[in-house]
Amino acid sequence: MDFKDSPAEAAFRSESRAWLLDNAPDYCISDDAEITENELVQKALAWQRHKYTAGFAAITWPQEMGGRGGTILEAMVFGEEEAKYKLPMPAFISVGLSMAIPTIRKHGTPEQLDRFARDTLEGNIIWCQLFSEPAAGSDLANLSTRAVKDGDNWIITGQKVWSSWAHHADWGILLARTNPDVPKHKGISFFVLDMRSSGIEVRPIKQISGASDFNETFLTEVVVPDSCRIGAEGEGWACAMTTLMSERLSSGEDDTSHAKQLIELASMVTRDSGEPALESSALRARISDLYVREEGLRHFTSRMRTRLSQGKPLGAEAALAKLVYANNLQEGSALAMDIEEFDGLFLEEPHAHRTRSHSDYIWSTAMRVAGGADEVLKNQLSERVLGMPGEFRMDKNVPFSELKNA
Amino acid sequence: MNFDLSEEQEMLREQVGRLFTRECPASLLRSTVDDGAQYNLPLWNSLSELGVLGAVIPEDLGGVGLTELDLCVVLEQAGRVLAPIPLYSSICLGAEIILALGSEAQQEHWLPKLASGEKRAALAYPQGMGVLATRDSAVNLKSGLLSGKTGPCGDADSADIIVVTVPQNDGWQLCLVEASHPGITVEALQGFDQLRQHSRIEFKDVAVEPLGNPVGAKTLEILECRTAVYVAFEQIGGAQACLEMALAYTKERPIFSRPLASYQSTKHKLADVFVAIELARSNAYYAAWAMEAGSDDLVAACAAARISATQAFELASRENQQLHGGIGYTWEADCHFYYRRSRLLALNCGSQEIWQDRLISALAKTASGD
Repeated sequence: MDFKDSPAEAAFRSESRAWLLDNAPDYCISDDAEITENELVQKALAWQRHKYTAGFAAITWPQEMGGRGGTILEAMVFGEEEAKYKLPMPAFISVGLSMAIPTIRKHGTPEQLDRFARDTLEGNIIWCQLFSEPAAGSDLANLSTRAVKDGDNWIITGQKVWSSWAHHADWGILLARTNPDVPKHKGISFFVLDMRSSGIEVRPIKQISGASDFNETFLTEVVVPDSCRIGAEGEGWACAMTTLMSERLSSGEDDTSHAKQLIELASMVTRDSGEPALESSALRARISDLYVREEGLRHFTSRMRTRLSQGKPLGAEAALAKLVYANNLQEGSALAMDIEEFDGLFLEEPHAHRTRSHSDYIWSTAMRVAGGADEVLKNQLSERVLGMPGEFRMDKNVPFSELKNA
Repeated sequence: MNFDLSEEQEMLREQVGRLFTRECPASLLRSTVDDGAQYNLPLWNSLSELGVLGAVIPEDLGGVGLTELDLCVVLEQAGRVLAPIPLYSSICLGAEIILALGSEAQQEHWLPKLASGEKRAALAYPQGMGVLATRDSAVNLKSGLLSGKTGPCGDADSADIIVVTVPQNDGWQLCLVEASHPGITVEALQGFDQLRQHSRIEFKDVAVEPLGNPVGAKTLEILECRTAVYVAFEQIGGAQACLEMALAYTKERPIFSRPLASYQSTKHKLADVFVAIELARSNAYYAAWAMEAGSDDLVAACAAARISATQAFELASRENQQLHGGIGYTWEADCHFYYRRSRLLALNCGSQEIWQDRLISALAKTASGD
């Protein structure tokens, strides 16, 4: 057991560090910077382009695709070093690099890959994801957006939701139902959609945070050429699984120790007795519990990383990471408010940390749902890791068109 | 980075696991309880033959000179079957302390015998908190003579030597005494866990050997941190056994014409148990590495392992009991052994409250740069 980098990892880390030190600061955005959304988009694309020219844009991609031909571990090392800077990396970057291109690479044609891979890498394309629908979240295969064949084209109509950055996107990855007369997983196809097509309307969703990071996207008889279909007709579900697995592999949750920050906070806050809040044994117990769950997750991630470095695939147990992360975020941000008691609810200067705990407490509710809700992840762990029976399903082997909720 | 057992450790895990599976079936647990928690000598001898008792004892002192993690692997397997042997008392407490504090002569005399299993050691806590560094001790040492009654001491009935901590001036003196001394009375306690005998030990003017010089709180804390990691692995082994028992039972037990395991409430319960075990395991691996490397964050690492392993075993043993329903309440089912053991291991080297306090203090100290 060894927590240090191997000599090769260490060499790559110092190379990455040196390059970032010279190049990253120009692209960083400070916390208090007032910046428009357009400026953020441009800055993110510029950083992407700059990484591309230096060969750091896609560490694991083969060199002929414009990547570095490196290992997953190298990608993780670079990611860790990159995360030390406040660089602009909005979600559309990972939708392109970690979802769209891996899916096109696995299921699409060489022409399709040529068309999109390098442009995405160079920061010329903003991608959005058009998977979820109002009645297709955890039950994604229940989607009802229809694609009807019309000569060499598809006519697509439906409503998508939770599409972040759709209002800036050039292209979207889209799941649509091409055959309603087969069971639901089998009648779905995967498309890339030119977001400039007519018939697309993007409406922002006002979220519980007050912000609008996500959109609803309405598709009304949008014409999509058949050349934009990725994979065979009906192969959409397999494509979607590739997309979601790629996302899981790439998503490095930040490993900030909220518990350590809470200890600092609780040592500065004074209780009525004149003692620091940290002297409260009830608080110490709660902070301890959070700490051991955060540390446990951090070391669990190291174990998964070791598996990858040994060339072993990530098992279904990786679902544990997001499950624990989202719940820790909720508990940690609530605890931050509890430490300061009633005052903890109010945003007064100089209490910038409260802005963080308020937004984390709100955002944690999205985290517990997005990318596999807690309940879905627990089903996955129990079925795929513990070998327990699958859920009883009314929709298995029934054509989509005959389902009650279709 | 390589955060995994080595090939040799995987082999050790398999080998020890096989031995325990073969020689420590649940029927042995039942007969052990019937016999009044006498430890099982054949099982002890088998382990001794395998050479794992001396895992962390240096080769020139009769051991194998492996790492702490190797011993942890053995503890996890012992915890999985609740092996009725004084492994923790004799090796993780007794030998550990002699190795840390004993004189060269004491080490040369006792460690080869402990490594071979020929002799066994036990540790008497000064009182009932399960920690060493307490000022509130009923045991006192005057002119080399020990008197008073200790807190509960595990495996004292089968021990050949007993290690005792006594407050002395600003620190503590650890002492060693042979259990056969006529001034020693071992009073067996009726314990909650019927598989590991605990006793109070009464000393009447017993001449003891000091184990090194008096030590401060820091030395005792490090000793306790290290032993807590061994317990954490025992707890993880027990928790894993509970998860496996619950899985096996719920998969084959039909209820309303389908397996109990097919209900989402059952699945989510066991997913929670799985998560708790994996977090505990990850913390315990890190703590074992921190022990081996003498890492700066040793106290926090060991406390985190201790706290999460206790939580995992408590959860696993309770839910295993619950999922077995009525049958779990019968003596013939095995769940109750784990249910009781999880309480013993939650308290035998300091309660959650003590460890949470220790963890936060260690982290606060690091934060303020002390």
